[in-house]
Amino acid sequence: MLRIAGLNAHLGRSHVLQGVDLDLPKGRICAVLGRNGVGKTTTLRTVMGLVAPSGGEVRLDGRDVTGWPPHLVARAGVGYVPEGRMIFPDLSVRENIRVAERRPARRWPPARLFELFPLLKEREKHLGAHLSGGEQQMLAIARALVGDPSLLLLDEPSQGLAPIVVRELGGVIRRLKEEGVTILLVEQNLRFAEAVADEIRIMVKGRIVYAASPDRFQAEEEAIRSRYLTL
Amino acid sequence: MTVECLNALSQSALLFFLGVGLTLIFGIMRIVNFAHGSFYMLGAFVGYSLARLAGSFWLALVLAPLSVGILGALFELGVLRFLYRRDATAFLMVTFGLALAIGEVARLVWGSQPLEVTTPKALSGVIFLFGLPFPLYRLFLTGAGAAVAILLWQFLERTRLGLLIRATSQNAEMMHALGTDVRLVRSFVFGIGCALAGLGGVLAAPLVTASLGMAVNVIIDAFVIVIIGGMGSFAGSILGALLVAFVQIFGEYYFPDFAMALMYLVMLLVLVLRPGGLLGKEA
Repeated sequence: MLRIAGLNAHLGRSHVLQGVDLDLPKGRICAVLGRNGVGKTTTLRTVMGLVAPSGGEVRLDGRDVTGWPPHLVARAGVGYVPEGRMIFPDLSVRENIRVAERRPARRWPPARLFELFPLLKEREKHLGAHLSGGEQQMLAIARALVGDPSLLLLDEPSQGLAPIVVRELGGVIRRLKEEGVTILLVEQNLRFAEAVADEIRIMVKGRIVYAASPDRFQAEEEAIRSRYLTL
Repeated sequence: MTVECLNALSQSALLFFLGVGLTLIFGIMRIVNFAHGSFYMLGAFVGYSLARLAGSFWLALVLAPLSVGILGALFELGVLRFLYRRDATAFLMVTFGLALAIGEVARLVWGSQPLEVTTPKALSGVIFLFGLPFPLYRLFLTGAGAAVAILLWQFLERTRLGLLIRATSQNAEMMHALGTDVRLVRSFVFGIGCALAGLGGVLAAPLVTASLGMAVNVIIDAFVIVIIGGMGSFAGSILGALLVAFVQIFGEYYFPDFAMALMYLVMLLVLVLRPGGLLGKEA
């Protein structure tokens, strides 16, 4: 589904991605962990086309999309849920979804999204700015889904959410997996990542240095944590 | 008093055409278009030529804004689009350069003498309002301003393209990542903004003649409107245009010596009380 090979990217003068390799088969959920500033967000932004890569390649279903502008990457089937959700503050919930609806959605028409996120239905006419963090997160996911993506990029979806909302979010992600959506997830919350992911990756200084199943990761966690994740 | 109010209303219509284009462009591109006054002037000159060639002011009223808008969109496509990754000073210099270039081309094509544009016959009379004579053309201007404001508002609120424009002005990068080619949205909005300025120019020509000085005369007013109303706010541009027009007209009647200063005083007052403009986001 998604194949990232030797991906390099610079932000200004700093060499943020130094050869990221990642293979994500269809229907799987992969969580990328790592300290702040190791390049997790930049990896997602480069896949999305928001950051121009300086080397390497990104393939979607075998198609080389390296360096494509974001709107074409989106139309090729990638849904993006950025860090901080980036909800349009002065648009209503309904409008926030409508802007991403390029053609009548087949797999995730608004009626079905509202069934997945009943809270959004109630808030349909509210402005994006007036939603709680959890509601904004659900809206950001709904907005990405309405474009019928086959791959979803989620950047720290659990950030700043109450534990009960994080659990709800986990339920949504599992539901999406059942529907066959492939998900690349960037997280700081280890428990959450372990609970939802099929595969764990750890990034250090712009490279992926560790790959394991959640079970193995859990078993090795003590050692891994101090080596790669805590300061 | 009544006549002053009516005058101010018709004046605010002209200022609205100018301000709303500038604010739309600013909202979506975060750039200040220094050439905005030049598109206004171009509207007047092109309108003059079209009215003479075709013998119809009405045809000029449609075709002049259209051609000025297309010119603006082409400029965005050909030049501005390559500058978005650069800092804002690049835009200032390029649009300022464009203003100079348009001015020189206009001098070569239309000469430096002001050109008289005759008011269309149907609108050249005087109408009695509240028992007082009032030029029909100014009444028409007021109506045109209101009509364009309502049309634009409905376009932004009700149509899909309007929704895309509002969303892009709130977060262009997010819109791009959701599958909208924001580059096209930018060219389109820049074109619409220039067309509105051009429309203001054609409509102003019968009142003030078409002249090279137009560009400089109005660009300051346009900036003041947008600053008072709030950069990027549609309703703000209406409010700003009304406020500036009333201050200008009443200032000239009652304090002719301070008329210019009055406008800046109002702007200063607004900026002190609400730094982001009356309807703008807090800066």
